[in-house]
Amino acid sequence: MTDTASAKTEVRQLDSVIVRFAGDSGDGMQLTGDRFSNASALFGNDLATLPEFPAEIRAPQGTLAGVSAFQLQVASHDITTPGDAPNVLVAMNPAALKKEVHRLEPGGTIIVNEDSFEERNLSKAGYAESPLDDHSLDAYQLFRVPMTTITKEVCKDLGVKPRDAERSKNFFALGLVSWLYHRPSDTTLDWIQTKFSRLPNVAAANTAAYKAGHAFGETAELFHVSYEVRPAQLPPGTYTNIDGNTALSWGLVAAGQLAKVPVFLGSYPITPASDILHELSKHKNFGVRTFQAEDEIAAVGSALGAAYGGNLAVTTTSGPGVALKGETIGLAVSLELPLLVIDIQRGGPSTGLPTKTEASDLMMAMYGRHGEAPLPIVAAYSAAQCFEAAIEAARIALKYRTPVILLSDGYLANGTEPWVLPDVDSLPDISVPFATDTNGVDDDGEPVFYPYLRDPVTLARPWAIPGTSGLMHRVGGIEKEDVTGNISYDPGNHQLMTDLRQAKIAGIADDIPATMTAGDIDDADLLVLGWGSTWGSITAGMKRARAEGHKVAHAHLTHLNPFPADLGDVLLRYPKVIVPEMNMGQLSKLVRAEYLVDAASVTKVMGQPYTAGEIYTAIVDALTGEEGGNR
Amino acid sequence: MTDVVVPETSKTDWTSDQEPRWCPGCGDYSILTAIQLMMPEMGLRREDTVFISGIGCAARFPYYMNTYGMHSIHGRSPAIATGLALARPDLNIFVVGGDGDMLSIGGNHLIHVLRRNVNLTILLFNNQIYGLTKGQYSPTSEIGKVTKSTPLGSLDEPFNPVSLALGAEASFVARTHDMDRQHMQEMIRQAHDHDGSALVEVFQNCNVFNDGAFGAITKKAHRAEMLIDLQAGQPVRFGPDLNKGVVLDPSGCATIVDVTPENEASVIVHDPSHPDPSLSFALSRLSSGPYEPTPVGVFRSVRRPDYAGEVSRQLANAQDTKGPGDLGKLLNSRPTWTV
Repeated sequence: MTDTASAKTEVRQLDSVIVRFAGDSGDGMQLTGDRFSNASALFGNDLATLPEFPAEIRAPQGTLAGVSAFQLQVASHDITTPGDAPNVLVAMNPAALKKEVHRLEPGGTIIVNEDSFEERNLSKAGYAESPLDDHSLDAYQLFRVPMTTITKEVCKDLGVKPRDAERSKNFFALGLVSWLYHRPSDTTLDWIQTKFSRLPNVAAANTAAYKAGHAFGETAELFHVSYEVRPAQLPPGTYTNIDGNTALSWGLVAAGQLAKVPVFLGSYPITPASDILHELSKHKNFGVRTFQAEDEIAAVGSALGAAYGGNLAVTTTSGPGVALKGETIGLAVSLELPLLVIDIQRGGPSTGLPTKTEASDLMMAMYGRHGEAPLPIVAAYSAAQCFEAAIEAARIALKYRTPVILLSDGYLANGTEPWVLPDVDSLPDISVPFATDTNGVDDDGEPVFYPYLRDPVTLARPWAIPGTSGLMHRVGGIEKEDVTGNISYDPGNHQLMTDLRQAKIAGIADDIPATMTAGDIDDADLLVLGWGSTWGSITAGMKRARAEGHKVAHAHLTHLNPFPADLGDVLLRYPKVIVPEMNMGQLSKLVRAEYLVDAASVTKVMGQPYTAGEIYTAIVDALTGEEGGNR
Repeated sequence: MTDVVVPETSKTDWTSDQEPRWCPGCGDYSILTAIQLMMPEMGLRREDTVFISGIGCAARFPYYMNTYGMHSIHGRSPAIATGLALARPDLNIFVVGGDGDMLSIGGNHLIHVLRRNVNLTILLFNNQIYGLTKGQYSPTSEIGKVTKSTPLGSLDEPFNPVSLALGAEASFVARTHDMDRQHMQEMIRQAHDHDGSALVEVFQNCNVFNDGAFGAITKKAHRAEMLIDLQAGQPVRFGPDLNKGVVLDPSGCATIVDVTPENEASVIVHDPSHPDPSLSFALSRLSSGPYEPTPVGVFRSVRRPDYAGEVSRQLANAQDTKGPGDLGKLLNSRPTWTV
């Protein structure tokens, strides 16, 4: 026991805690979770977050469809997931309780806003009787807190209208949970002042509500234990708490600086990619041009036009947008111009699950174009790593004059984690020269420019941008004659150009890092092969399995096309391979086809990332003979 | 961009080494020649000039110009050209396409490029037919058009490209035809000199699949009777002795009348620079096809800020107020903590 603010309360040390805030879409749960995360980050915890919200902006109030939730894990050590079963559920209304309580750990803590458990809300959530009174929650520790009443009471003298006062109840909840877990208050209170500086009434109400929640925990004698999660021993450095879409946007800004060319973004709003458009549109002082096009096709078309003009051209979208952009991406393959196509994947097909995560666009990225149209694919594996992935995708696009698809997903896009800021001077130079001179002579001995005369090593063609005197040339989607780029329907030439385009992409295998591996690399009985956002869950699930003595290794792919040159060796080194994916087995099919390896697929398409427990179970099942299957 | 004075050039300098592959007798040849001939007089550098096209017969145009060029995707040339214009406001960009390319598959991009006023010279070769796919009806074909895909006649109301462009907030709209090189060159010159999107509809004969579609109005013998030559500041009159004129009838529609001393004063005086496009639109409605008197010339030419210029201005303002981008500062722009 240590000293505490309240002598009556015992303080316990925890290594980690998983909190889930849930309420109506209008209750401000995302903001509450976000603030709790930031306070924890600045306190020095490691953390990972999982926002989950419906696609509707305001589903009918009080219904199950309108429940918005935010889960996070904070820890005193290195963690990689937002946690499996929450220790604490904050439920702002009956619908939130009904929808979320099944996730809670046995004996876990439930804090409810008691005021919202009245007849109308109970019936909207489908409760015949209040679950607070029927003993159905006896297996949990239930705390009933009249959040709305107290919030209204403390706002009474602030000149805030009752309706506005009620809207501050999420800050009451935040104050209470912040007390329960000894989160510093200053971060949140400062943020309220800054955020609502132009709305002093709102700032006052939120501040009062937060303080009331904090004081309630301390004085209500309801809670007999509070908890501390000490700062994590993270590697030294300066950290910030960042989500995948912001990290990716900053990666693009950085890539433009490192390539020494302006960034052009052509984009059309789509969930969950729009935040990249929003973020980049703030950075015009970096020379970043953002263009909100009339549709997905115009978005990628404008980017390709900008690429032709010598910009680092980017288009951002999600799966449905990639489907629409396919023809233009094919043109970019044919024109051999640098182009970044960023796909923040979501559940499909069609509109699917716009706000939920899935990683089911791998095959579309690989093969979603007509004709033989190979292109490099890069995949980000954590929220913060989106920064590096964006720079890497840009490097490949520029160096090899090719469209590159960068895959992220809804989980990485919206989830946050602490990021140790890179030293700007250590970032790679990814600039490539524009062509400035002729590169051949014609039959008459006159100097000429051959737009498809390739670099012998990279097989990239010269990037000659309009405005360069003497290098005027025409490019187009019709097959081009090798070297001259003139229209050619010659059978042998088409075979040659197809082979060259393929060889150019395949050759990139020699220019990317070896497969990223972890765990019992030398003597594992099982290899878990992953790509993309499953990295965190696989890391945590494998840790659990290894702690029990299982010999497991983890290989994670940051490059999906071409595969790292050593991937075949890695796969064949272990007796068993499983491939957990948030799709129906796309990577497993690719590696089986490429390496004739018996890689067993493990699949999950539920709009949510894998939990560490699911990966652990998949590992144990595979080691005991029950491989594969749906999680 | 290297020297201050634009070097003198000839038609040959603007002609690429690729042999045009249009059908003999195609109207595209006369448009290509008109443009190759006028380029040396425009004061442009070949390296600063780009032709962007989509797909279709007209879209082969860039291959024949010794400039920069891109033969892109069916319908998408306005979108691709928009990106190039934003990235490179220093370039002279021409967009070339046919009626199927620009009004059917690319209709969406065309209207948006016009409303944004991106600095592009857009040449719409209208032959009222699909040529490259061998003769299906197009979005400008007349109702009842019998083609391979409409053996009993087409049912679709055609677009009037000038009306469409005016409705899409175009700041410059003109119409010309492939039988009059001088007029074509004049329209294209004015379009190029215009700041912002400029659309020129060129009536172009497809002598294989829709031969003579415009003959009734563009043949020399018919022009005086059938082409209404719009001139800024002049009354809208035509006919061998300018005996016909255009007036507004009581319902506000433009109507052709025989000019008499009594009605002469009520003949519309053409003002393409009028902020309200209503009269220009009324003129565009005079003809619903190339079988009745049809206006040619500049319908509308008004000043509006060029989109790329405005985008560049926002960038310059951001740099003035926030200073040039500093990556280290950006990375530290959120709350940070140090371990």
